[in-house]
Amino acid sequence: MADGTIPNAGVAAAEAAFRAAQQRKKWRRRLLPLAGVAAFLLSWAFLVEVLQVPPFVAPSPQAVIATLVAKFDMLMRNLAVTAMEALAGFALGNLAAIAIATVFVHKKSAEEAFFPVVVLINTVPVVAKAPILVLLLGNGMEPKIAIAALICFFPTLVNMVRGLESVNPQAMELMRVLSASPREIFFKLRVQNSLPYLFSALKIAASTAVIGAIVGEWIGSTVGIGALIIQATYNFDTALLYATVVVGSCFSVLFFFAISLLERMVVRWQAPVVG
Amino acid sequence: MNAQTIAPAVACRALSVRFVTERRTVTALENVSFEIPKGAFLSLLGPSGCGKSTLLRVVADLVNASEGACDVLGGSPEAARRERKLGFVFQDAALLPWRTAIQNVELPLEVGGGIKRGSSPTPRELLRLVGLEGWENSYPHELSGGMRQRVSIARALLGSPQILLMDEPFGALDEITRDRLNEELLRIWQETKTTILFVTHSIYEAAFLGQKVLVLAANPGRVREMVDIDLPADRNLAMRDSEAFVRIAAHLRALLGSC
Repeated sequence: MADGTIPNAGVAAAEAAFRAAQQRKKWRRRLLPLAGVAAFLLSWAFLVEVLQVPPFVAPSPQAVIATLVAKFDMLMRNLAVTAMEALAGFALGNLAAIAIATVFVHKKSAEEAFFPVVVLINTVPVVAKAPILVLLLGNGMEPKIAIAALICFFPTLVNMVRGLESVNPQAMELMRVLSASPREIFFKLRVQNSLPYLFSALKIAASTAVIGAIVGEWIGSTVGIGALIIQATYNFDTALLYATVVVGSCFSVLFFFAISLLERMVVRWQAPVVG
Repeated sequence: MNAQTIAPAVACRALSVRFVTERRTVTALENVSFEIPKGAFLSLLGPSGCGKSTLLRVVADLVNASEGACDVLGGSPEAARRERKLGFVFQDAALLPWRTAIQNVELPLEVGGGIKRGSSPTPRELLRLVGLEGWENSYPHELSGGMRQRVSIARALLGSPQILLMDEPFGALDEITRDRLNEELLRIWQETKTTILFVTHSIYEAAFLGQKVLVLAANPGRVREMVDIDLPADRNLAMRDSEAFVRIAAHLRALLGSC
């Protein structure tokens, strides 16, 4: 070692130790979250048991699981409706946001005229928007889709405008030196530049679209996760209420991961820090 | 044809550039006149705020002259830009992060109506010229600062531009990398025979690279002196320790000191 060379056996041992440490780290990352969930469920079951919580106040985790199994078909039927509303709203809201962001970037005067209106609409809370849209669009799926779309729209619009505009000024000068047309600048520079911004907005929208659809179903609806939540609450059926919430959250999480996966496939270069 | 061969690569006559802002009007360049022949290597040296980057941008048709004129290859800067006779290397390389090295070099083929290929080298050949063979499919974030700047030089050389404009391209690099790239740039200049305008605020870089150094003074930016660098064309880094080089560097420093 003194002459600067490392014996081969030493390298192999160090590599083996490193691999073992990596392996331990991997298992710890997998097992610890599971242990956390298990501890949470156990203390929940323990508290319900010890404090003798009546079932109309809060259910035991066993009861929730039993309901999930017994009423699985019914839960899935209702989830399908909510999922469809959330997905349709997600698609509509984001497409509209992307289209309007494109217009804003090309026509500064349009941005100056209409951005305040957009901000104004965004300041109205979802629970207040819901009744307005139900009165406008009736009792079907339309008002729920509209609410989910509205809730997705704003973050995507803001991020998309920023992504399209925050192009490296030297890259912009490069395009000028190359005599690039506005169309080429848009597709070869701005759109690519906006993708990391767009995906960070889409990930927010994935969970808020589901919230929008559920809130929409709270008002005058007979099917869907939101309607089920209201019915279960009025019937003091806490096990069903909790099971419904679990199903709704699981769907949100899946939706979020699907978007994250898509992001990893589309944005292959190292994403800049998007704040 | 004959007139073209006589016409200098860049000729500025009484060029002034002013920027009007809300608070005040800044005179970036005032009454700048100079000329450089085709195939020359000109260093632009001066303190910050002397308008050397602005001068480069006038030649590239990124900034308009307020007064006077700048002829590029016997025509207007706009004509030279439209005919794709200019290559520009930016301070921060300005690579597109979603494109691999070779895709970045290919960008000039895809925009502005593309480039007449003719006998000019391919993107792959240019990456080899700048010493990046084998890195074609790497993304910019996988490359070091020096390598990114090499990609950007290869991109600027695509289509064999007649003038290469370089805006402090090695300013953000460490000294060792910078020295190596300086030597390579001289080799590339000799191989491609293109005219180079090179902005720097390093006395040594300016003197080592340039056949001539245009020393600029600040506030407002104006020509201090056009200095001929009396060194052999075939230069190497060891030359920077020679008596002749030290004398030139001292002269340049004296000019900057009296700005």
